[in-house]
Amino acid sequence: MTPDAEWDEGSPERLYVLTGGRSGSEETGLDLVTLIMARTAPRIGMQPEHESILRVCQSPLSVVEISAHLELPVSIVTVLLADLLAEDHVEARTPVPSLPDIDIIKAVIHGLQNL
Amino acid sequence: MDSRTSETVGPRSEDALPSSATSAVKIVIVGGFGVGKTTLVRSVSEIRPLTTEETMTQASVSVDDLAGVERKRMTTVAMDFGRISLNDELVLYVFGTPGQQRFWFLWNGLFEGALGAVVLVDTRRLEASFDVLGRLEESQTPFVVAVNAFDGAPSYADEELREALDLADDVPLLMCDARSRESSKDVLLSLMRHLYSLAMTSEATT
Repeated sequence: MTPDAEWDEGSPERLYVLTGGRSGSEETGLDLVTLIMARTAPRIGMQPEHESILRVCQSPLSVVEISAHLELPVSIVTVLLADLLAEDHVEARTPVPSLPDIDIIKAVIHGLQNL
Repeated sequence: MDSRTSETVGPRSEDALPSSATSAVKIVIVGGFGVGKTTLVRSVSEIRPLTTEETMTQASVSVDDLAGVERKRMTTVAMDFGRISLNDELVLYVFGTPGQQRFWFLWNGLFEGALGAVVLVDTRRLEASFDVLGRLEESQTPFVVAVNAFDGAPSYADEELREALDLADDVPLLMCDARSRESSKDVLLSLMRHLYSLAMTSEATT
């Protein structure tokens, strides 16, 4: 196996600690573009990353935007969001339909034409 | 770099989505390095394009290493994206991602649920698109091909391009200038019109 010194800035370990050692996000059902909105205000004593998510999600923000603003990989943000969802601190809005429905296609065309 | 503190991390207030925003869809722009993906994203996005990164460890065996030890290398893959509010409820995200398919697993969720894809092509490096086109066909992701017209790049007749890229007749092919907002908008619209006709066709046959 790899000596730790080979690893860039210890970043994987840091991320591992942030998620409490968990990985994998398949069960949360969150898409990159699922819109997240805070339901509660950040509270003292929260894990700082949870607090940051609540702070940036005062208005709806997609999972991938949260990742970009917090400079954390999507895979990590998803795990952190699962915690917040479990405790009702955030809401995840309607997931993207898996098959584009004709009404959505029309809405996108209409929206683009009006740009 | 700006000097924002952690207190102000997040979208600028003018970039905040209205609380009425309830659902989002995505379109993926794929293409080789330097083909203009981020330029196109920037041309249509209402926010300054953002970047998200994913890191992976890659096992690699160094041939020169006497012990032949397996090492792991960290690779970071970045993905740029932008956003367009289509109406009060619906938001469109446009992602630019590298064409090399060895990176795609990092974005497992990227093509899943995507409306479709735009393959951005540079006529000087057509072969950079072969992987992507094959993969999209395999995964049955609807797509259009947009040729970013670089100054000085050779221009070909549509038929020549179709043949070189082995494109099916029903895949839209168009020229664009990724620097132009109108042109980039047209690229997205051509994908959406393609999706519309596919949806109408499938409705007619069921």
